[in-house]
Amino acid sequence: MIKIIKHVIADILRNKIVIAYTIFLLAIGMSVFNLEDNTTKGLLSLLNIVLIVVPLVCIIFSTIYVYNSAEFVELLVSQPLQRKHIWLSLFSGIALALTLAFFIGIGIPVLLYSFTATGLILVGVGLLLTTIFVAIALLAAVHTRDKAKGIGIAVLLWLYFSLLFDGLILFILFQFSDYPLENLMLVLSALNPVDMGRILILLKMDVSALMGYTGAIFQNFFGTTTGIISTLLVMLLWIVLPMGFSLRKFKRKDL
Amino acid sequence: MKSFLLCIGFMCGVYCIPIHAAIVYVGKGHAYVSIQQAVTAAKNGDTVWVAPGIYKEKNIIIEKPLVLLGENYPVIDGEHTYQMISVRANEVTIKGFKLIHSGTSSLIDIAGIKVYDVKNINIENNVLEDTFFGIYLQGATNCIIKNNRLTAYAKTDQQSGNGIHCWKCDSLNIIGNMVTGHRDGIYFEFVTNSLIWKNRSIKNSRYGLHFMFSHNDAYIANIFQNNSAGVSVMFTHGVKMFNNVFEDNWGDGCYGIFLKEITDSHISGNTFLRNTTAIFFEGATRVLVEKNTFIKNGWAVKIQANSIQNTITHNNFLANSFDIATNGSLVENTFNKNYWDKYEGYDLNKDGVGDVPYHPVSMFSMIVAENPTAMILFRSFMATLFDKTEKILPSLTPENLVDKFPYMKPLRL
Repeated sequence: MIKIIKHVIADILRNKIVIAYTIFLLAIGMSVFNLEDNTTKGLLSLLNIVLIVVPLVCIIFSTIYVYNSAEFVELLVSQPLQRKHIWLSLFSGIALALTLAFFIGIGIPVLLYSFTATGLILVGVGLLLTTIFVAIALLAAVHTRDKAKGIGIAVLLWLYFSLLFDGLILFILFQFSDYPLENLMLVLSALNPVDMGRILILLKMDVSALMGYTGAIFQNFFGTTTGIISTLLVMLLWIVLPMGFSLRKFKRKDL
Repeated sequence: MKSFLLCIGFMCGVYCIPIHAAIVYVGKGHAYVSIQQAVTAAKNGDTVWVAPGIYKEKNIIIEKPLVLLGENYPVIDGEHTYQMISVRANEVTIKGFKLIHSGTSSLIDIAGIKVYDVKNINIENNVLEDTFFGIYLQGATNCIIKNNRLTAYAKTDQQSGNGIHCWKCDSLNIIGNMVTGHRDGIYFEFVTNSLIWKNRSIKNSRYGLHFMFSHNDAYIANIFQNNSAGVSVMFTHGVKMFNNVFEDNWGDGCYGIFLKEITDSHISGNTFLRNTTAIFFEGATRVLVEKNTFIKNGWAVKIQANSIQNTITHNNFLANSFDIATNGSLVENTFNKNYWDKYEGYDLNKDGVGDVPYHPVSMFSMIVAENPTAMILFRSFMATLFDKTEKILPSLTPENLVDKFPYMKPLRL
């Protein structure tokens, strides 16, 4: 299994896109902090990168990579290897390569320029989101043989998680504004890893604004140790569940 | 010349009085064991000197001009039942005592030191611990409350009184006190022409400073920190608040300063750090807010549409979640010449003033004002999109809430 992971990572690194992605992130990470003397503003710009660009790149790159390595996977399946191991090593390989890219690109500038609780949480959330979106991409890719369709599904999923879901939430908020929705919002936010990550960062970045009435409810939940642990657990579930589903599908799939 | 001599003579007269004053000693091995006995025996203008020790006196009543001096903080214990010192005469000085464990009551306001309808009282360097009300002035004129430390430990508002409570007073000087754990740190009602200077009001269970109907007072260089409802200023005109620090006042309905029905006032040189709302205007008129620094607040300024003719100028707005929020489209206030760190305009002629007006109210702050739960979407992709579209095509945000001359660089304050 480790051999396959090694091979996948080597293959990804040979493929220049991840190198370009790393350099792109590093360039942005460095320039935001150098352009602004105010590190809070720098973190704010990085927040948008973490919440929008990172999921998009991760989900599309992973989907394309899975389709491109279809022949390699077929070759592996013909060997005396468990399908479970093949799929898991494919996942770990991609996830490791992309988290490494993220860590070098965003993690290092943040650690250099803004070594604060907010900065650390931002990097942590970015790493988690990278892994989550690789898992989601694998789920999208395993469902269809058609590459174009697979990439389409991946883009739609990204659109859903970063834009449509929030639109739905806003719609619910205004349609049912006569009802107390705070606790419902807590539950709903668990349905979107991007939202969970964003709220975790907000709790450090905008803690004073969040101490308003509804904010206090979020703070009471997410701000406590149980809250943070359960948020992390939910985010881990967002890795485990899509992986589990795609693994089940892959095991029975007629390649 | 005659009047000058008269004046000299008068001054000599005044300063001569203490020379004839005797000192009455209290404590183990001295003439008196109880402070009350000494106070009763002393003549007008005498000094009562109290040795270190614990005194259980059941309310010392002072009914003549006296100086009450404590050596090395003698303890006066109210045994959770009594008020410690009642002042009912002019020209009384109380210095250097430690007052502990006053009674509590929901019927009468029991205090550590209570002053009734008199003049020229001086309360300095005392330590008050576990008192219901701390220092209570009622109908007092021309008093100095200086360098006292007041600490209370009550859990609920009902079980605790105010630290420095002033009612119907005039010309007070409240200087360098430290109040913590009370209901309101400093409470003013119908107090005029007074100065509150260099006090610290920290972790009180309601307001750090609470004042109503108290005209022409000045609040200078105080620190209000971590109070559960911040500072509240109501129904007053002619308030001056200079160089104070308002810090960490967190919660809904919790403000750095809450201005309700305030007119003709001046707020200058203050620092607002990490408050949920730094300043909240409700029905405020002709208030000048200048040279303040707003850092990392949830909302730097919330201004209700019923506030008119206020001027907000030469302030620095740094790293606040929202700079300005309002609840209507009517804006009768000016916001010119501030520095906003969210400003994205340019300055072609390099005069330090941005060429494009800045609209400090974001679309998302209007959404949150209408539906507070929407805060959960703050900084999401969609919220950012909303703000960007609103900048290009303003529809919801008030069009004339605008800084026409925003500074490009933070002001040096």
